[in-house]
Amino acid sequence: MITYLYAVGRDLERVPDVGSGGVGGGALRLVGEAGLQAVVSDVDREAFEDLDAHREDLAWLASVARAHHGVVEAVGRAHAVAPLALATVYLDDDRVRAVLRESHEAFTAVLDRVDGRDEWGVKAYVRPGAARAAAGERPSSGAAYLRARRDALRAGDAAVADAEREAEAVDAAVSALAVESRRHPPQDRSLTGRTEQMVLNGAYLVDRSAAAEVRALVEERSRTGSIDLELTGPWAPYSFAGGAA
Amino acid sequence: MTVEHRPTSLFGDREVALVDLLDRLLAGGVVLTGDVTISLAGIDLVRISLRALITSIGPAEPPLEVPSERMVE
Repeated sequence: MITYLYAVGRDLERVPDVGSGGVGGGALRLVGEAGLQAVVSDVDREAFEDLDAHREDLAWLASVARAHHGVVEAVGRAHAVAPLALATVYLDDDRVRAVLRESHEAFTAVLDRVDGRDEWGVKAYVRPGAARAAAGERPSSGAAYLRARRDALRAGDAAVADAEREAEAVDAAVSALAVESRRHPPQDRSLTGRTEQMVLNGAYLVDRSAAAEVRALVEERSRTGSIDLELTGPWAPYSFAGGAA
Repeated sequence: MTVEHRPTSLFGDREVALVDLLDRLLAGGVVLTGDVTISLAGIDLVRISLRALITSIGPAEPPLEVPSERMVE
């Protein structure tokens, strides 16, 4: 067995209450060192050594991600939490203690940055029908068909460009309420389950006191604007714990 | 259009779309060099089969529409 590291905090007194345990149902433990506590569990070494077998296995990836998220969320409910990147594993608890010592400053910096704040996600999509304006009469010939198709593609491009511009403005407005912001790549249509293109996939680190403002802003922009917006959160500050520790 | 809001913590993580979660987990978190050198970062989710995705997201999510060839994009 090896040690899977989920998250680090600095005022954790007990193991977070996660009914289903950690990855693979493993029992959670705290490993403390230098004023920091790591939340860990034992995992099967082989699964994490032979990762190539799992990289493309979504069921495996999903189960690890859900377990990881469950632990991070449970810690984050009551404490500042520095989530680790998915699948960070060490040979034993002593190695984890060494990492807490070596990276003490980096963890402290992350915990300072995220304390009292949550991550929110804002996604924007081209609104359904925005690109359909150019639908004309039934083409009478091959050339007319090609022309119509070209026009339709151009109208589609214009609709996407308009939506992207509007999404930039939404991103700027939400960023103004946030302490930090970050853009994830827009998700592919095959993953969102929507036919319309995603034009913004933003993450925002927001003071808890400003969360209502963010929500109101997104609601207002969604009502008055011409793109569809989706707000997710509050998330543990995954997108703002990055950078090598 | 009202804004769609998906809570991520109120009812456990059942409500969290896997794709949103993986966005964060594959591109975020404190990056340390583990003892077992592996990298899950940069996995192209699109390449993983749609069928697997549908199965793992489960019935709480809206049905997945596979985009057919589009005249208008």
